[in-house]
Amino acid sequence: MALRLGMFVEAKQQLAHLSALDVVVIAVYFAMVIWIGFYLKQKANTSEEFFMAGREMTAWIAGLSFVSANLGSLELMGWAGSAYQYGILAAHWYWIGAIPAMLFLGLVMMPFYYVSKTHSVPGYLKLRFGESSRVLAAVSFGFMTILMSGVNMFAMAVVMKVVLGWDITFSILMSSLAVAVYVTLGGLRSAIFNEVLQFMLIWGGALLVPILGLIEAGGWTNLKAQILTNYQGIDYTHMWRGLGHFSSNPMGVHWTGIVFGLGFVISFGYWTTDFLVVQRVLAADSLRSAQMAPIIGSFFKMAVPFIVILPGLLALVVLHNPDGTLMHLVGENAVSAANPHSYNEVLPLMLVRYCGPGLLGLGITALIAGFMSGMAGNVSAFSAVWTYDIYQPHIRKNAPDKHYVAVGRWATILGIVVSIGTAYLVMHAQGIMDYVQALFTFFIAPLLGTILLGMFWKRATAAGGFWGLLAGTATSISLFVWVKLDHAALSIVALSPDAKDMAENIYRALWSWVVCVLVTIIVSYFGTARPEAELKGLVYGATVLPNEGPVPLIKNHWFWAAIAVVIFFVLNLIFF
Amino acid sequence: MHGSGISIWFFIGVLLAIYGFMICGYGIYEMITGQVAHVALAYLHAPVWWGGIMLALGAFYCLRFRPAKG
Repeated sequence: MALRLGMFVEAKQQLAHLSALDVVVIAVYFAMVIWIGFYLKQKANTSEEFFMAGREMTAWIAGLSFVSANLGSLELMGWAGSAYQYGILAAHWYWIGAIPAMLFLGLVMMPFYYVSKTHSVPGYLKLRFGESSRVLAAVSFGFMTILMSGVNMFAMAVVMKVVLGWDITFSILMSSLAVAVYVTLGGLRSAIFNEVLQFMLIWGGALLVPILGLIEAGGWTNLKAQILTNYQGIDYTHMWRGLGHFSSNPMGVHWTGIVFGLGFVISFGYWTTDFLVVQRVLAADSLRSAQMAPIIGSFFKMAVPFIVILPGLLALVVLHNPDGTLMHLVGENAVSAANPHSYNEVLPLMLVRYCGPGLLGLGITALIAGFMSGMAGNVSAFSAVWTYDIYQPHIRKNAPDKHYVAVGRWATILGIVVSIGTAYLVMHAQGIMDYVQALFTFFIAPLLGTILLGMFWKRATAAGGFWGLLAGTATSISLFVWVKLDHAALSIVALSPDAKDMAENIYRALWSWVVCVLVTIIVSYFGTARPEAELKGLVYGATVLPNEGPVPLIKNHWFWAAIAVVIFFVLNLIFF
Repeated sequence: MHGSGISIWFFIGVLLAIYGFMICGYGIYEMITGQVAHVALAYLHAPVWWGGIMLALGAFYCLRFRPAKG
């Protein structure tokens, strides 16, 4: 998902002090993840086992891992901060910004990924559009994944410094070494196992905060009333009512941007084409499991706002200064002696408010687990794309299988070392962080255009796919640079002088997707389409999808997707 | 997971049970000694019931997915 990762730029007095019990809780977690890594080493001998977890994951494991790989600690803290800043609008990134795309992946796209037996998303592009598209996608994905991993690593280390007073180098080395051990030993299977474990820990450590917060606030109705009293004139508790105009909501966005930019382009781009998450589903043990996994994940994704968004809203009411006045959190750049805490400290502040010894350690472990699951996702995806899409086709073809497993292990270590290097680079030039995060989004939107046309339009050609992808990416970069050079351009890119930064990301993605699709269509019409026989297993209409036979309603993915859709609409209506 | 070996749910059960035991145990110690941590809503004794829930859930997973069952 598009991240809003705030930075704790300045080291301040630490928020919390760990007791001996908290330290033991954290130590037990590290011991467990490393134990899992060593235990699973025996099951990572072939490339299929190391990179694809032997394609043996059940729907539940693949589904939880699918959600967990996205649920990084910075995702948690960034969006809790956004909820404090923008109110319940932030939940759009979890509901319309995820659920339709996850269901679409499971119901419509998964059969093509799975039937083609591709090892990666760039691998699908190779099959559909040829080598040039694969190389473009693989290089950009590998490069950006590692950079993002490093940026997140640094941000997490600074969080630990602010919250606990830990040394930055200690935090970076401790967490990255643990990830290196368990991913290098056990490959994707180990990453997935730990992601499921981390997912449970995140809930165990974070769910208590909104429960106690709601008790203190007197329930949801009282919470809304207190927010209304404390912040008159700003609508923090409705998701859609304020989206009629850019200026009528704290986020500065319009409903068209939320529906088409976020709900379609950014969301579908991330959840259906980003190999970081798709890799988890490709590891499923059957097509039925692969289709069920994102649907199972969608239920948990819908629940995440209760541990991320709700604490942000509760903080608007329950956080007070020592003198009893209401605490006001501010942006990173506005932190001062009068307002010492930023939006991004919402979750740690709430943890410290309610959690004593043991529970605080559990909450901190949840944050560390979130970080490690995100990092493991990055490096395991990088390792697979490097080995399958760059090393094997371009550096050493036809090597023994064991050789590629060794390359994968070294790629994992290399990925972590480069991530650490990036973390220190960002430490000395923090402006880089904004650029790296924006760069990552450059590739997602156009890649969605390329994949969708490739999967659903038989006429799309190899040249169309490549040039469309390139043009879409170039458009996204150009718009980003334009707004950076001239901030007034934001009103053109986002269609309104009242638009804010969040709207820019959404509309930039939308335009880059539109350009990618148009260029792909135009270039394809100038070329010759591949014969339909060559598109079997790759394109809708040229593929006979396997029928796995009748199943009871309780195991039918359409049935569970329908339930997810109903819950999705009910949630949006409740908080309309 | 298919096949032989330890299920991921067993690992989760072990971790939850350990955490539940430690946190619930500390919560009971707090109640007995009266040395309650200085946190909001401390009178609710969250460590006792939250730790208890984790311990019960962990114990269930440990038993349900213990390696001997395959």
